[in-house]
Amino acid sequence: MSPIVSLREVHKTFGANPVLKGVSFDVNKGEMIAIIGASGSGKSTALRCMDRLETIDSGSIEVAGIRVDDPAVDLKQLRREVGIVFQSYNLFPHLTVEANIMLALRHVKRQTREQAHATALQVLEKVGLRAKADAYPEQLSGGQQQRVAIARSLAMAPKVMLFDEVTSALDPQLTGEVLRVMEDLAAGGMTMLLVTHEMAFARRVADRIIFMHQGKVWETGPGQMLDQPRTPELRAFLDNGL
Amino acid sequence: MTPLETGLFGNFTAVHLAYLFKSIGWTLVLSLLAFALGAVGGFGVMLARISPRRWLRGLAMVYIEGIQGIPLLILLFIVYYGLSLYGYSLPALVAAGLAMMLYVSAYLGDIWRGCIDAMPKPQWEAAECLALTRWQTLRLVIVPQALRLSLPPTVGFLVQIIKMTSLASVIGFVELTRAGQVINNTIFQPFLIFSLVGAFYFVLCYPLSRWSEAMERKLNVAHR
Repeated sequence: MSPIVSLREVHKTFGANPVLKGVSFDVNKGEMIAIIGASGSGKSTALRCMDRLETIDSGSIEVAGIRVDDPAVDLKQLRREVGIVFQSYNLFPHLTVEANIMLALRHVKRQTREQAHATALQVLEKVGLRAKADAYPEQLSGGQQQRVAIARSLAMAPKVMLFDEVTSALDPQLTGEVLRVMEDLAAGGMTMLLVTHEMAFARRVADRIIFMHQGKVWETGPGQMLDQPRTPELRAFLDNGL
Repeated sequence: MTPLETGLFGNFTAVHLAYLFKSIGWTLVLSLLAFALGAVGGFGVMLARISPRRWLRGLAMVYIEGIQGIPLLILLFIVYYGLSLYGYSLPALVAAGLAMMLYVSAYLGDIWRGCIDAMPKPQWEAAECLALTRWQTLRLVIVPQALRLSLPPTVGFLVQIIKMTSLASVIGFVELTRAGQVINNTIFQPFLIFSLVGAFYFVLCYPLSRWSEAMERKLNVAHR
């Protein structure tokens, strides 16, 4: 089976500052990958490149059969296949929870109001927020807003979902409810890549962990690799984090 | 007869007052025309200002800075006298409406561009990642949010528009100011007449200014 996400020798520079220095890895369908690393290691940039929020300097990225690094890539098609959730939720504050979810269903997928409504309730059920369909984002806690953001992304039925430090802005009490939603998604077979600082979660739930250091994939392996780091850099990173 | 001999109101009669009242209607018509046309033009200027196309942004920039550097009075002369020389002699209302459209478009376009720019970039990004097009993002996500922000300065500028319509008097459009001049030409009571005219402008503008301020205060509280 060919991988659903594939990065080959990806290089990316911000100004004079190299962020990605030859990143390569594959992700198979249904896998849950946790990308860890210190800030500045390039992990968020790598994620953003996969949805072409950043363009790369050299190398290649293929996601769901789409060559993301192709200058003529059909961005609309790419974004229908890839869902992304951000640290800062980025819900649309002028729309209710339900309208947030229905917006792209109606205007991108051209669903009827009834179809979009049904889909919205279905994904809200999945994240446990069906009762909040008519609330506005500002009336929700951070954890709830993030779950709505996940639902909004999920409603588009993407083939791959990217999570960019989605719990980093949350209190520890609220982190748990978001992680549970992600765990359910992973159990449901969704292909997921998440950039995270939640080491315990990554160790327990991820099929594979990718440790990035100085713009490179430094070490990769199953969750247990966090118990026996092979490189001194991963050991140092884990020691500092705990 | 000097004003001292005729008393404060002198020859000023109810007929004159009625004439002034009627002319307020024309001031409002011109204000609304200028605002409506200027809003359409301003929206276009705003779109051009935020366009991904460099040349279009540049063009809008030149337009805004060009218009902002020319007095409205001169624009009125160009449209009214200038065009008539080439055979396009426009009615005064149309000429004033057009000249003010040019003027208002530049200012509203600039005001609204500022409001769009003030919207957080992640909102654009989130919409983009949901596969919305640029136009859909603008229409469904950005503009509805920017609208709240744009209302106070827009109403504030409407006050400016109402006051600027007085310049249309010089091309013979009979609005409030011109009506005052006409009456003054017959009974020569400038202090009384133009004070009255000024008071009428104030009555039109003051509530709008207060409304604009109230909205602005509310926004500041909401953003605190």
